[in-house]
Amino acid sequence: MRSLALIAACLAAAAGCSRQGPSQPAGLSAADAAFQKQLQEQFLDAQPGTVIEIPPGRHALDRVLTLRANGVTIRGAGADQSILSFRNEISGPEGILVYGSDFTIENLAIEDSKGDGLKINDGDHLTIRGVRVAWTGGPQTTNGAYGIYPVHSHHILIEDSSSWGASDAGIYVGQSTDVIVRRCHAEQNVAGIEIENTIHADVYDNVATGNTGGILVFNMPNLSQPGHSTRVFRNKVFRNNLGSFAAKGAAVASVPAGSGVVVNSNSKVEIFDNDIADNQTANLIISAYFSTNYYNKPGIDPHYDPYPRAIFIYDNRFSGGGDSPDGLELKTLKVAMFGLNGHFPDIVWDGYRDEQHLVNGLPPAEERICIRNGDAGVLNADGPHKYKNPSTDTMQFQCELPKLDAVELPGRT
Amino acid sequence: MDCSDGRRAPARAASWLVGALVAALTIGGCARTPPPAVHFFPAGRPLHLSDWQVVFREGDALALNRGVVPFDLNTPLFSDYAHKLRTVWMPPGTAARYSDSQTFDFPVGTVISKTFYYPRAGRGAAAVARTYDQSRDFAGSGLDLRNVRLIETRLLVRRERGWEALPYVWNAEQTDAELARTGDEMPLVLVGDDGTSEPFTYVVPNENQCAGCHVTNLKTRAIAPIGPKARHLNRDYAYPDGVQNELAYLVKVGYLTGLPPAAEVPRAAAWRDASQPVEARARAYLEINCGHCHNPTGPADTTALTFDVGTPPDRHLGVCKPPVAAGRGTGDHLFDIVPGHPEDSILPFRMASREPGVMMPEQGRGTEHREGLALIREWIAAMPGSCGS
Repeated sequence: MRSLALIAACLAAAAGCSRQGPSQPAGLSAADAAFQKQLQEQFLDAQPGTVIEIPPGRHALDRVLTLRANGVTIRGAGADQSILSFRNEISGPEGILVYGSDFTIENLAIEDSKGDGLKINDGDHLTIRGVRVAWTGGPQTTNGAYGIYPVHSHHILIEDSSSWGASDAGIYVGQSTDVIVRRCHAEQNVAGIEIENTIHADVYDNVATGNTGGILVFNMPNLSQPGHSTRVFRNKVFRNNLGSFAAKGAAVASVPAGSGVVVNSNSKVEIFDNDIADNQTANLIISAYFSTNYYNKPGIDPHYDPYPRAIFIYDNRFSGGGDSPDGLELKTLKVAMFGLNGHFPDIVWDGYRDEQHLVNGLPPAEERICIRNGDAGVLNADGPHKYKNPSTDTMQFQCELPKLDAVELPGRT
Repeated sequence: MDCSDGRRAPARAASWLVGALVAALTIGGCARTPPPAVHFFPAGRPLHLSDWQVVFREGDALALNRGVVPFDLNTPLFSDYAHKLRTVWMPPGTAARYSDSQTFDFPVGTVISKTFYYPRAGRGAAAVARTYDQSRDFAGSGLDLRNVRLIETRLLVRRERGWEALPYVWNAEQTDAELARTGDEMPLVLVGDDGTSEPFTYVVPNENQCAGCHVTNLKTRAIAPIGPKARHLNRDYAYPDGVQNELAYLVKVGYLTGLPPAAEVPRAAAWRDASQPVEARARAYLEINCGHCHNPTGPADTTALTFDVGTPPDRHLGVCKPPVAAGRGTGDHLFDIVPGHPEDSILPFRMASREPGVMMPEQGRGTEHREGLALIREWIAAMPGSCGS
């Protein structure tokens, strides 16, 4: 009987479409439906030079906005003024999806998209400025994966933007080259800011707080390019202690809650002049792909380099943190080494290194992990031997590496 | 033979004038004048499907104009159980060039249509049948509107600059379809052969979403047809003048040149044909449903996961491959495919989802494709090997 009633109700509801003309989407008001139609047409008709203005107000949409033109600007009246809400989205899954170069998006907000908030694939010369992406229900596994997500792109500037509540990474730059992320704010995401398989990135003057992990520099296997040459500096990375709400298997699900800055399997990474505080697993973690749960032979490109190499850490201001690591193994390790009330040193290294290429028992000079950071301590967790022989000896980290060049984005820096 | 049947005579061989004359004679018994020929618009977006005169309402049927040739694919894209009438038309004197592996090279002026429709499943307009039975769909080579409800007709039009996509949505009276550049939505209820029912929202894509599937190369960003490839068309079709191989038929009516001997033409598996190997059926299914994005140059080129026909059956196909940007789409699983274990694999999990942000494909689907999912699970369950560590 119930199913019959259901059919009847559905048929009654469907009567709405049995008249001519475009139907009004179920979840939208007439005004929002009209706004969406007109905005969709602007996206369809956009040409180089087109400026699409998003007026102030909260506009409900139920379908992704897709752009396939170069040279377009999308501009709102402010990140708290012009709000595109995808709470009722039925077809997407992104909020805004862009395939285009010479693209600028500024001064608007994207809320509650089912998938990524803003995804830009295969673009060159991208500017994302004053954009706020938020999942307004707070951290939830059902939130979209990425807030601001340029991928496979070049010459990217992300500034004065923010992401809240992404179930993977808030600001996530993947498989790209020449990137600046600055003056952004990432909070309540699993990963705040993530630079992945990207070549030449500068991440500075950002705030990452209240995430599971603050700022991540990762290399994943099987992708179009391995990343290297990322500078992380002048950021404030504190209290990233939010319990992870990533689905298992997601790339960031291996990040323990309470991680400040994490380098995984990446190389030529320079971390300096940051304020990193009160991240309860560790303020800074250096690790290899083996410390994630995903390593297996058949599924990983044999050319993939799982080791972090040429990591240079200096002149950061660390405080607090390391006092309540996430996960049983790390908790046990912490208590065993530093006592119930003790804490990990500021820097934790999982201990994996490329044993095939050691010179006098150490990695070649240009591939070492070097630390020049006052009295900041280091824990070698001895991951390769299941944490059996951890050590706090800092001898092997006493070295320096040549400094990386700044990223230049002509006309924008 | 009724009027529409006679008109649509595939006699395109010698000359169009003669063909038209023959057609006119055939319908001598009917009082109506034959409709104008297919109208190719080299630019612009005609507001009505009828402007093109490719398929149109005639009596109780959706009729095909003369020179408009229907075709099917060995394994089609799943679109919420919609049935599809696909047609192709080319200007007189032009033909497509055969390719072994790529979409045929069609001449400027080609109009490909795909009409999405459902067999009706009751009195209400929203009740449509979830069935693979097409036996009541047709009236001649057109559709019997006493039995089916037309939803939308999408045109792919080959213009001087390239292909363009134009979506048209059928009106409630089923007399014509209107241009719907920004797409449309309609609530429908799928009624199964077993009497169960499932409400869902049918989503007509907007023009940009058309490109979401039909731009298979991000570098060129060019729209292209997906189906008209040798391996998909290498099958039989019940034309009014008998059952024939589709490729041979296209040659016969003058629409295709360069077709090699039959033995040299590739053939994709028919996904529902249980007499064919599960692996071939699964690969054909994944290619047509996923390969337009998941190929080395497609929009999913960021994922390291490919389903095009050339993908080797290893990590590139997802075997033991960790996800890259799946987010919660992992469903708490670690690898795209775990051999022998569909229940631990991300691929069938995402196919089973109807939630944007989790489900795959990302668009064109608001229901679960039960039979397609069962095939992929069967394939993974039978896959040898393990991911080990």
